[in-house]
Amino acid sequence: MDSATSETRTPLGASADNGLKIVIVGGFGVGKTTLVRSVSEIRPLNTEETMTRAGEAVDDISEVRDKKATTVAFDFGRITLDARNVLYLFGAPGQERFWFLWDRLFSGTLGAVVLVDTRRIDDSWYAIDRLEHHGTPFIVACNDFGGPTYAPRQIREALDLDPHVPLLDCDARSRASGKQVLITLVEHVKKQYAGSAQVSPVPEELTL
Amino acid sequence: MSRPGRDDSPDRLYTLTGGRAHAAPDSPFDLVTLVVAECDPGPGLQSEHATILRLTQLPTAVVELAAELKLPVGITKILLSDLLAAGRVSARHPRRTAASGVPDPDVLEQVLVGLRNL
Repeated sequence: MDSATSETRTPLGASADNGLKIVIVGGFGVGKTTLVRSVSEIRPLNTEETMTRAGEAVDDISEVRDKKATTVAFDFGRITLDARNVLYLFGAPGQERFWFLWDRLFSGTLGAVVLVDTRRIDDSWYAIDRLEHHGTPFIVACNDFGGPTYAPRQIREALDLDPHVPLLDCDARSRASGKQVLITLVEHVKKQYAGSAQVSPVPEELTL
Repeated sequence: MSRPGRDDSPDRLYTLTGGRAHAAPDSPFDLVTLVVAECDPGPGLQSEHATILRLTQLPTAVVELAAELKLPVGITKILLSDLLAAGRVSARHPRRTAASGVPDPDVLEQVLVGLRNL
């Protein structure tokens, strides 16, 4: 498997010079990797970052040995947008410890998609709260698991969602649907920054 | 698939980086900084350095290198900092508008065009 990864690599073009990030946040089993896979030009890869419980970088390797450090793993995929721009999609776990790494990993991200399983809406509260805290533009996408369907109004209420935040249904397995999710996010980001430039400054990035 | 950061002895990571466990806070590398080799992997290089030079014949993002090397992102950044300092790789950092971190409207438009063409 180790060697297969390298042999099947699809390199970028030589002129690629601008990497961009979009983060897909959601609870376990909500379909983050499925969504990444449906739109990615590469098979989703997996990597990880290590941190101490305090959220600080590990200053001494002995701390790793003492197991004071925590590791957060995440998936990612890639979309070559044009000769220069490359979009990376990260599937990130929404659990608490992950947010300590947000600034280190995802500062400068274009925006985030909160992927929701409507059977477990409560799982998404924390992610939405943290994204608001970080001032990261986001949308909410409900992955269709064939369960009971809810009216958008019911979901907005359940999530206590700001009326300006776009909410849409999606099928994470479908490329067309995944593409629509990303387009909805970037249009929202564009609108948000266009608006904030006139009205108020962009929220400063807060650190935990 | 073994994940060195978690399952292996930390000694391997210690050896790789000479005891440094994370990149300096002012590390210029973002997850999506694209790294390009400026030389061929010659003899005498640490094997991870040689692997990076092989993988970056064409631009490759930091996060892809970490995944290929099966190393945590922080450790990968340390290896890259060494190569950058030695002039063996160059780095193409994400473009941002000034210090605000607000994305360039032109870039946002390019992203939309790219996504619609998928």
